[in-house]
Amino acid sequence: MAKLTIDGVEVEVPDGTTILNAARQIGGDLVPPAMCYYSTLKDTGGKCRVCLVKVAAGSAKDPRPMPKLVASCRTPVADGMVVQNLTSPEVLEARKGVVEFLLLNHPLDCPICDQAGECDLQNLAYEHGAAKTRYEEDRRTFEKIDIGDKIKLHMTRCILCYRCTFVGDQLTDKRVHGVLGRGDKSEISTFIQQNVDNDFSGNMIDVCPVGALTDKTFRFKSRVWFTKPLDAHRNCTKCSGKVVLWTKGDDVLRVSARKDQFGEVKDYICNECRFEHKNMSDWTVEGPRHIDRHSVIAQNHYEKIDLQKLKKEVERQLEFQKGKALPQPDNALNS
Amino acid sequence: MLTNRSKVVVKKEMNFWERIYLPAIFGGVAVTIKHMFRRKTTVRFPEAKREISSVWRGQHVLKRDEKGAERCTACGLCAVACPAEAITMTAAERKKGEEGLYREEKYASVYEINMLRCIFCGLCEEACPKEAIFLTDRIVPTDFQRNDFVYGKDKLVEKVNERIDVSVRQTPAVTEFKKHKSLSHNR
Repeated sequence: MAKLTIDGVEVEVPDGTTILNAARQIGGDLVPPAMCYYSTLKDTGGKCRVCLVKVAAGSAKDPRPMPKLVASCRTPVADGMVVQNLTSPEVLEARKGVVEFLLLNHPLDCPICDQAGECDLQNLAYEHGAAKTRYEEDRRTFEKIDIGDKIKLHMTRCILCYRCTFVGDQLTDKRVHGVLGRGDKSEISTFIQQNVDNDFSGNMIDVCPVGALTDKTFRFKSRVWFTKPLDAHRNCTKCSGKVVLWTKGDDVLRVSARKDQFGEVKDYICNECRFEHKNMSDWTVEGPRHIDRHSVIAQNHYEKIDLQKLKKEVERQLEFQKGKALPQPDNALNS
Repeated sequence: MLTNRSKVVVKKEMNFWERIYLPAIFGGVAVTIKHMFRRKTTVRFPEAKREISSVWRGQHVLKRDEKGAERCTACGLCAVACPAEAITMTAAERKKGEEGLYREEKYASVYEINMLRCIFCGLCEEACPKEAIFLTDRIVPTDFQRNDFVYGKDKLVEKVNERIDVSVRQTPAVTEFKKHKSLSHNR
């Protein structure tokens, strides 16, 4: 077990845990954002650089700070480590730069994009990015590609997080798409437009942090914030069958897997559940899905409040705020 | 008592002049006659029109761009900003060959504003990222049927040959921004 401090909050985690996961155990605002790391996909992380944090003290044995900002999704913790995320202006500055880089070639066509409203990049740019672009050159453009008849690939929106290729590798038995080209020219593509028709290939829609991979059956049907998300399940032989139905009236517009508080899917669902069952009668509805009130999807969204849960959440927040007010780590460690 | 203007009701006997009511009636008539010679507060509407501010918020218009393509891309921001929930829309995908009709890949196949719900606050105009919806100086006419107040695209989208000028409604900052033709938004 290693004991470390993140933004003044102490946490004890097993050895080998990454800083990001340690921060997630604390929860709240101090969790670094992550665009490429995905807890349920192996070997993801280390590509997008938005989760950079400052390590003010390496460990109890060697309390020197790490020379550069480190990617928290790839750096294991050490006993006595002191990590700064929100409390370090250097980190916030670096993150702002990273967001600017991610947006360099992003078309910012949010008014058209189906992902708008639940897009990680949109949230990230809103919280950490600059309001204006300094980029004057033409952005790279690609043709839209149909990956199979159910998935649409907008390569222009892609930030090359590689999550979808890991889905191809780890969830399906035969990957038929990947990243071609290098550097600025790299793109997600299939082998000569080959269909991706594996049973679990639809999950690449859910893991995509931007609107590069979108559900064709939901294409332009409705903005997410006009739909009503419901938790539902059905007996499925291939997957857990636990899904979210995005409904409008009695119509099921879209079916997606359930994402946790960090926007990650724990139970992947099969393509049959995702694409074939668009009838309310196919599903057992459990109730309205909890949507964070800061999300635009929470507009006109009503759900039953669990008072016990609310009390716990308030207490957790208070604890977190108290931690934030703790005195800054000793400056002697930084010099 | 908060305003200090309340009066305590006194039920005292009226005297002779008060009992015949005539002075009170003439007093009332005098007020009426005085008002007859005052400047009229109303105008005879369809013939005469009252002067309105340049930022008056009247009937909406859905703008087209210079080439005549509809600017609206059905992003739904106006509808989510609308405090009266007066706006509804359905999106559709632009087909090949319709580039001259619709500016973006997605467009609103149905766009409806319920003018009975609308409170003309202008938040839709403010939310619009595509400069598609503007409130104009036109007054929404009266009608007999409630259904006729639900304005569809036929009434909202401006005609290609009779454009509605909204340049007076734009702030100097926007006008300045629009001069930069290199920005993708202005192309």
